[in-house]
Amino acid sequence: METIYLLFIVLLAAFLGFELIRKVPATLHTPLMSGSNAISGITLVGALVSSGSDNSTLTTILGTAAVTLASINVIGGYLVTDRMLSMFKKKDSN
Amino acid sequence: MTIETLINLAYVIAAGLFIFGLKLLSHPSTARKGNSVSAIGMFVAVVVTLLDQQIISYHYIFIGILIGGLYGAWKARSVQMTQMPEMVSLFNGFGGAASLLLGWATVNGMDTSSTTYNQVFVFLTVLLTLLIGGITFSGSIVAWGKLSGKLSSKAFIFTGLRELSILHLVAMVAVGYLFVTQPSNEIWLYCIIALGLSFGLWATISIGGADMPVVIALLNSYSGIAASAAGLAVGNTILIVTGLLVGASGLILTNIMCKAMNRSLMNVLLSGFAKPIEQGEVITGEIKVLSPQDAFYVLEAAQAVLVVPGYGMAVAQAQHAVRELHTLLEENGCTVDYAIHAVAGRMPGHMNVLLAEADVPYDQLYEMDDVNPRMENYDVVIVIGANDVVNPAAKEMKGSPIYGMPVIEAHRAKTVFVLKRSANAGFAGVDNPLFFKDNTRMILGDAKETINGLIREFGD
Repeated sequence: METIYLLFIVLLAAFLGFELIRKVPATLHTPLMSGSNAISGITLVGALVSSGSDNSTLTTILGTAAVTLASINVIGGYLVTDRMLSMFKKKDSN
Repeated sequence: MTIETLINLAYVIAAGLFIFGLKLLSHPSTARKGNSVSAIGMFVAVVVTLLDQQIISYHYIFIGILIGGLYGAWKARSVQMTQMPEMVSLFNGFGGAASLLLGWATVNGMDTSSTTYNQVFVFLTVLLTLLIGGITFSGSIVAWGKLSGKLSSKAFIFTGLRELSILHLVAMVAVGYLFVTQPSNEIWLYCIIALGLSFGLWATISIGGADMPVVIALLNSYSGIAASAAGLAVGNTILIVTGLLVGASGLILTNIMCKAMNRSLMNVLLSGFAKPIEQGEVITGEIKVLSPQDAFYVLEAAQAVLVVPGYGMAVAQAQHAVRELHTLLEENGCTVDYAIHAVAGRMPGHMNVLLAEADVPYDQLYEMDDVNPRMENYDVVIVIGANDVVNPAAKEMKGSPIYGMPVIEAHRAKTVFVLKRSANAGFAGVDNPLFFKDNTRMILGDAKETINGLIREFGD
């Protein structure tokens, strides 16, 4: 039953994603992609459990490496997106 | 309330923040807030996961976050806007690799002695994670190398490439079956990882530099799908949901890029296998060269100017000079608009960011479909470092390789200035009949020098 429940989430999230992203204007597509980099760093959450659980050495190494890579994405992704978006200005505001 | 319920509740809140953040990204005025909202969502998800009782060894986690965070922050501050495609590509790769490692860690930490129904599901999803994560990682590293000039941007093609790819796909199915049915045999795990990495390498190396925007968008999508598959494997709902949001985003961008080039995704991915198309017609005519002084007289009298930038503008670092000219034109009572083709630049939306960096307001940037219907109203169209996106051959010449591609119809304006280093073909190697039109004037030389020359004329 749990498998079915997970597949349900997959279906709904996919549709939600398409509806949300379709509304992002072309002018913001680069920040959208770097922001996506940051969001896909959510793997960090899974990696935290792997590297932090009391498992074998290999699991800890793999988990820690995953934490490192995902952290690059999360922190680098959000910061660079913010840097880019701060440049977008309307005509009268400057 | 148990700690697990609490964690899951926090995940729901985090997912809500991600979704709301993306919703705010639908307009430039709210986008920055949206990014912060999304970051708060990430913070909530991470902190709550750290509270999980399962997590014992905090020190490894902190070392990982510290190293990754410092590198990420340094990269985010130091990257130049022209290098954004490389950075996004590299980060796609990191995302793929993180999912790959997480999938590996998951099967490594599992008790593989009993085969239950659930275990088959876990191994199937781990299989997907390893394959997609591996393809994303190696593919992104190749794309990064091509974009940063560390690898040749040319498509690397050799005989037997098609057979090699088919062999990979067949092997993936066969080894995948063995991996799921014989989970205790580690050899299949390593085979799957090797196959994914190898396939990503060959699939990307055979694609040329001009198609990289499509490839980055697609790999962006894969990095999300890999995270989502990893989420299915470890049974974590927040990974599934957010991974799919990213997956959907990448797919939509891929589709937009393909449409803008009038090509199918298959055509882009398999372009390495296609024969080069013969040029059907020969363009005849004369190129009319104009000096910056004469160009100034035309611009001084113009009421409406449209700038069509291409990647050449970024290469020449001319965007700040363009912005200066823009101000002078506006002071002269002229309106200045920008037309940005979806495939201008090296990634979706790249040109918009470069112009935003040069202080061009975003409400003066228009998409192709906005400017084409009113092209006749522009007195002067200035084409800077763009070629294929203004090529009328896409409409007029059936034999042209870019025939059918939607283009900015600059040739319909009253006058067209083309700023170009020389009168050669563009990035795609296609001749451009625009250069030979009666209303076209070529201003040859470095784009930045030319614009600065025009600015000096305004000063006099």
